[in-house]
Amino acid sequence: MGGLERNARTRIGRRFDELRHAGDLGLVAYITAGDPSLDATSRIVLAAAEAGADVVELGVPFSDPLADGPVIQRASERALKSGATLSGVLDLVRTIRQQSQVPLVLFTYFNPVIQLGLDTFATRAQSAGADGALVTDLPPEDSADYRAALRSRGLDTIFLAAPTTGDERMRLIASVSSGFLYVISRTGVTGERDALAEELPALLRRARAATALPLAVGFGISMPGHVSVLGGLADAAVVGSALVAEVERACSADEAASNVAARIRVLKQAGLRGMSRREAAAAERGSET
Amino acid sequence: MTAAVHPQPASEWPDVHGRFGPYGGRYVPETLVEPIEELERAYSAAQADDTFLSAFAHLLKTFAGRPTPLDFAARLTEHLGGPRIYLKREDLLHTGAHKINNCIGQGLLALRMKKPRVIAETGAGQHGVATAAVCARLGLECCVYMGTEDMERQGLNVGRMKMLGAAVTPVDSGSRTLKDAINEAMRDWVTNVRTTHYLLGSVLGAHPYPRMVRDFQSIIGCEAREQILEAEGRLPGTLFACVGGGSNSIGLFHAFLSDSGVRMVGVEAGGRGTHLGEHAARLAAAAGYTGARPGVLQGTYTWVLQTDAGQIATTHSVSAGLDYPAVGPEHAWLADRGRAEYTAVSDEAAVDAARTLSRTEGILCALETAHAVAELIRRAPTLSRDSAVILNVSGRGDKDMATLARHL
Repeated sequence: MGGLERNARTRIGRRFDELRHAGDLGLVAYITAGDPSLDATSRIVLAAAEAGADVVELGVPFSDPLADGPVIQRASERALKSGATLSGVLDLVRTIRQQSQVPLVLFTYFNPVIQLGLDTFATRAQSAGADGALVTDLPPEDSADYRAALRSRGLDTIFLAAPTTGDERMRLIASVSSGFLYVISRTGVTGERDALAEELPALLRRARAATALPLAVGFGISMPGHVSVLGGLADAAVVGSALVAEVERACSADEAASNVAARIRVLKQAGLRGMSRREAAAAERGSET
Repeated sequence: MTAAVHPQPASEWPDVHGRFGPYGGRYVPETLVEPIEELERAYSAAQADDTFLSAFAHLLKTFAGRPTPLDFAARLTEHLGGPRIYLKREDLLHTGAHKINNCIGQGLLALRMKKPRVIAETGAGQHGVATAAVCARLGLECCVYMGTEDMERQGLNVGRMKMLGAAVTPVDSGSRTLKDAINEAMRDWVTNVRTTHYLLGSVLGAHPYPRMVRDFQSIIGCEAREQILEAEGRLPGTLFACVGGGSNSIGLFHAFLSDSGVRMVGVEAGGRGTHLGEHAARLAAAAGYTGARPGVLQGTYTWVLQTDAGQIATTHSVSAGLDYPAVGPEHAWLADRGRAEYTAVSDEAAVDAARTLSRTEGILCALETAHAVAELIRRAPTLSRDSAVILNVSGRGDKDMATLARHL
C-alpha cells in the first residue's frame, strides 16, 4: 500500500513496521525541549529512548501555547526563560542524533516555523537528523507549502485528528499525513486525566477505517491502564504531560532523566501486554490484503 | 433614520478561504476546525434569514440604543481651527462602547446554534461587560476570561460583569493581559466546544470571525455615512478611529471603502516608546515603531509584534483595549494596499487628548478612543479647514478614571 511504502522512508515508518511485526503497542514520548535546558533535554531524551520510547516528540516552546494545559504551559515558560528557540532545538536534534537512532518528531506551533522560513526549517531539520514534524495550529487546508517543503526533504508530516473530526475530514487529514496519524483522545488541551474518554474506541475505529497509517493516541494518557486498553485499537500511545511533570518535579537533569525513564518502562510494559500476538498477526494479514 | 437592517456593503474580501490577500485564514487546533465550520455555516444561513436580521436590528434599537448620533463638535472644531469635526457617538450605546453591536449579533447566533454557554475574553472589560449583558438578556450562561493586570486597571468593569451574572475568570499566565485571556478562552473552547460558543470581541481569530465581527460592526459606518450626507451634503475627507484588534475602526471604515476620496486613519497604541515591548503598534512602522512582522497568532495570519525567533512579544499601552500584539487581518490588507493608513500615538498624547475632548465637548471618552482624538489633533493643521472629518468615539471613559485620576 502507498501509505506503508511512504512510511518506510523514515525511522518513524520503520519503527512502526517493527512494532506491527512484533505485535507491540508503541510508546511515543513528548518532552518540552529546553526545559529546564537544552542540555538536560538531551540527557532526558537519550534516557527515554534507552527505556523503550519508540518515538520522541520534541516540543518547541512557544510563548502562547493555546492547545496546551498548565503542565506544558509551565514547561514552555521555563524553556523560553532558559533561552530555547526553534533554532536551538534543531541543534539539539543533531546532538541527540549523534548518540541515538530513536525516531524524532518536532512538535511545534506554526509561528516560530514561519519566522525561520519553511525551507530553512525543513533543510535544517533534515540535516540535523529529524524524521518529521507536527504543527499544532496548522490545519491541512493551509499546509500545502509546508508539506511540500518537508516532503521534498524526506520528512514525515504528521497531522492531528480530533473527536470532532468527521469521517470525510478524517480521510483528508490522513491523505496529507505520513509517519503516523496523531489521534486526540478527547476534546480539550494537553494534560493528565484519570480516565480515557468513553468515545475513544469509536473514534479509533473511525480513524482506522479512514487510513492504513499507524494511529498514535494522545492527550490525557499517563497510566499503565490507559495504555493497555489501547492494544488492538491503536498502534501507539503518546505520553506527554506525565513525563513533563516528572521533569518539573525533579531536582536535577539526572533525576529527571531517570524518573522519565522509569515512567516509560512501566508504560511500555503495559503496552507490550496490551496487544496479543494473534491480534497483531491478524492486523498484519489485513494490511497485506 | 431607524436601526433597520442596513445592506452589507459589497466586499470581495475575505475570499472563500477566509483570506484578505495573504492575511487571515484558519490556524487553529484540529478539534476546533469542524465547530468553526459549523459556525461559518450558521452565520451564512443567519445572514440570509429575515427573522435573524430583524431580531438583530430590533435589539440594536431597543436594547443597545441605535442609531447613535453623529455629533458636530463645534468647540473642538473651533479650538483646532478646523476641520469640521463630527463625532460618531458609540460611547452612548448600552454598556458604553461599540462592543455591544457584535455581542448582540453573536449572542443571537449562539441561540440559533443551540449553544447554551458563551465564553469571551476581555481586555479593557468593555467586551466582557457587553457580552455579560447580552447573555443575561438572552438567557445564556456567560464566562469571561480577563488578565489579572487588566482586572487591576479596569476594576469597575469586573464588578459590572459580576453584577450581570457572568463568571469572571482571572488569567495569570504570560503578560496577564488580553492576549493571555484569549489563550485561556481558546483552551476552554477546545474543551467545551460542543456546548459553548466563543464570542470573540474583535476582528481577530480564525475565519469567519474577522468577517463576522466586521459585518456586525459595519452598522457604525452605514449610519455615519447616511448621517454625514444629511448633515453636510457631502462625504467626509478623513475618518479617524483607534485600532486595537480593529473592530470599531473596521466598523466605521467599511461603508466608505468604495468612496475613493475618503481617507482612513487607524491609530494604534504608541505606548512609551518605539522599541519592541514599549508599544502595541503593529502597522505603524512608517512612524518608527519596530518589532512587527507577519506571522500567526491565535488563529490568523497577520502583522504580529514578535521576537526574531517568533515568540510573541509583550506590549505596552496605557489603554488595555489596545494592548495586544496582533492586528485584525483585514487592516493588514488595507495597509498593504494603501487604502487605510496606520499610525500610533503615545500614552501621554492620548491622556492629553482625553482631557481636551472632555473640556471642549463635555465627552469623557475611553483611553482607546483618546488615541484617535490625539491623532486628529496632531493632523488638524494639515487638514483643509472646510473639510469634514468623522472620529469614532468607540467608548466612554468611566472605566479609565483610576488611570486618568493620576493625570488630573
